[in-house]
Amino acid sequence: MKDLQLSLNQTQKVRLQRALEKLESLASRANSNASVTVADSIPVNYEDGLLKGHGTSEVNGEVVATVCGVVERVNKLVYVRSLRARYKPEVGDIIVGRVIEVAPKRWRVEINYSHDAVLMLSSMNLPDGIQRRRTALDELNMRSIFEENDVICAEVRGFQHDGLHLQARSQKYGKLGRGQLLTVPSYLVKRRKQHFHHLENYGIDLILGCNGFIWVGEHVEVTDDMLVDHKSQQHDTKADKNSISPEDQEKNYTTQQTRENICRTANAIRALSTLGFSITVEVIMETVDLSSSINVAIHEMLGAEFCVLVAEKEAVRRSMTKKK
Amino acid sequence: MEYVSPEGLRLDGRRPMEMRQIRGEIGVVDKADGSAVFEMGNTKVIAAVYGPREVPNRSQQMNDRALVRCEYTMANFSTGDRMRKPKGDRRSTEISLVIRQTMEACIMTHLMPRTQIDIFVQVLQADGGKSRCLIAAIGTRSACINAATLALSDAGIPMRDLVTSCSAGYLNSTPLLDLNYVEDSAGGADVTLGIMPKLDKVTLLQMDAKLPLDIFENVMQLAIEGCKAVATYIRQVLLENTKQLEYRRGT
Repeated sequence: MKDLQLSLNQTQKVRLQRALEKLESLASRANSNASVTVADSIPVNYEDGLLKGHGTSEVNGEVVATVCGVVERVNKLVYVRSLRARYKPEVGDIIVGRVIEVAPKRWRVEINYSHDAVLMLSSMNLPDGIQRRRTALDELNMRSIFEENDVICAEVRGFQHDGLHLQARSQKYGKLGRGQLLTVPSYLVKRRKQHFHHLENYGIDLILGCNGFIWVGEHVEVTDDMLVDHKSQQHDTKADKNSISPEDQEKNYTTQQTRENICRTANAIRALSTLGFSITVEVIMETVDLSSSINVAIHEMLGAEFCVLVAEKEAVRRSMTKKK
Repeated sequence: MEYVSPEGLRLDGRRPMEMRQIRGEIGVVDKADGSAVFEMGNTKVIAAVYGPREVPNRSQQMNDRALVRCEYTMANFSTGDRMRKPKGDRRSTEISLVIRQTMEACIMTHLMPRTQIDIFVQVLQADGGKSRCLIAAIGTRSACINAATLALSDAGIPMRDLVTSCSAGYLNSTPLLDLNYVEDSAGGADVTLGIMPKLDKVTLLQMDAKLPLDIFENVMQLAIEGCKAVATYIRQVLLENTKQLEYRRGT
């Protein structure tokens, strides 16, 4: 395990150790030791037939793991779920990514997969919201939608002959602005029904991308006119970057309270990811509440003391859910 | 010079069949997909793995398998005298090649077509002498391979088997396991071996001098035992790491 790069003092070390031991005891009761490393043989019952899945291979009639991870069995299928590996896309996943290239009729997007994903111009809604053929003019204006290094949110559409395709056919997808992008290992984000979260009492949006990219930003109302508005405003800023009118500045202004909330939430996620706890909206909110209830300053949330507190809190939370 | 005393002890106090202390640690580079530090006695090596990722140079892309690249460097501060060597000197290039070929043999490259895997290995501390001579570099090979194995498994790259490496030599008519710098520079035979312990296959075998066949077999057997001991340790480190990741994540 990655030793936390924190300077813990003696008491903090002991407390962290105790919390982690508690977590371990809770986990080991839940599932019998199914962890394997590379080249460990997996015990299987050959009589009921067998399907070898990902992360396995056969050597001398034995099923052998090829990655480190946890053995999962579904009926006849035996596979190894790897932990620290790159993201493996599944159709319908909601992901956050960064545009790295504007190519003819498509954008190339970095999504922590072994290849770059492709977002076609034809598989996204145009800002004017009208369904029509994409013309050559649209293609020329692609940079007005997304530029290089823009952070976008999209959905995995599927594999085509030229790679992984994304789509953004709804107003909730698209460019993300005024917030922070966080990168966590993708195994910490579970696939759930809901990946978009609007935290009303903080006025922020939280997008947990399945690929381990997490977006924390100011809340944006998802309505058509708002998006058009946003669009025109973008054109304005591009036209005269040097002389931004006061009204525009007013529109672009994020209140300090919101900015602080964004940072607090982002730091909560950072703390959870250094500890290697799975990241869900409930856990994030609990961590944020914990930090504000004990008046921890935002920058102190990355320190050793808060990390230990989060670990202890998580141990308590998991033992509570176990009892229920 | 006497490398094995009449009592059967070597210069650093080990028995002929004893290894130096080994230590491995996973997850030392934050941004990398996989990383590890591996220590064998006074040799300390850091390895970082990036990938599988898009091939930046399209002409190198292979449609049926992954491209494996390896870069070996010695940190300027790794030896006694701080000598600036040009980056691509012949020795580093040779060791890069050796590590790449050894690791490529165990990675299941056909599962990741049109991608690239980069392995960066750097020697942080080289055992022994004041000068960064050939021996100091050669002696780090086994540690480099072991570090690379750990880093690759941390990155979740599918592998046929772990590759572990260990050296053995023959001095004072005694086979010695895991030579240190002084023994390495004695000019005797030095066998560096890399094996896949589960498959029982050899992926790397280098020897710098001549040995009669019957003695060579003994030395090689000793090196195999050493590799297996390293494999047991690496396996333990990996299993511990996997368990930790799993229980911390929870359900």
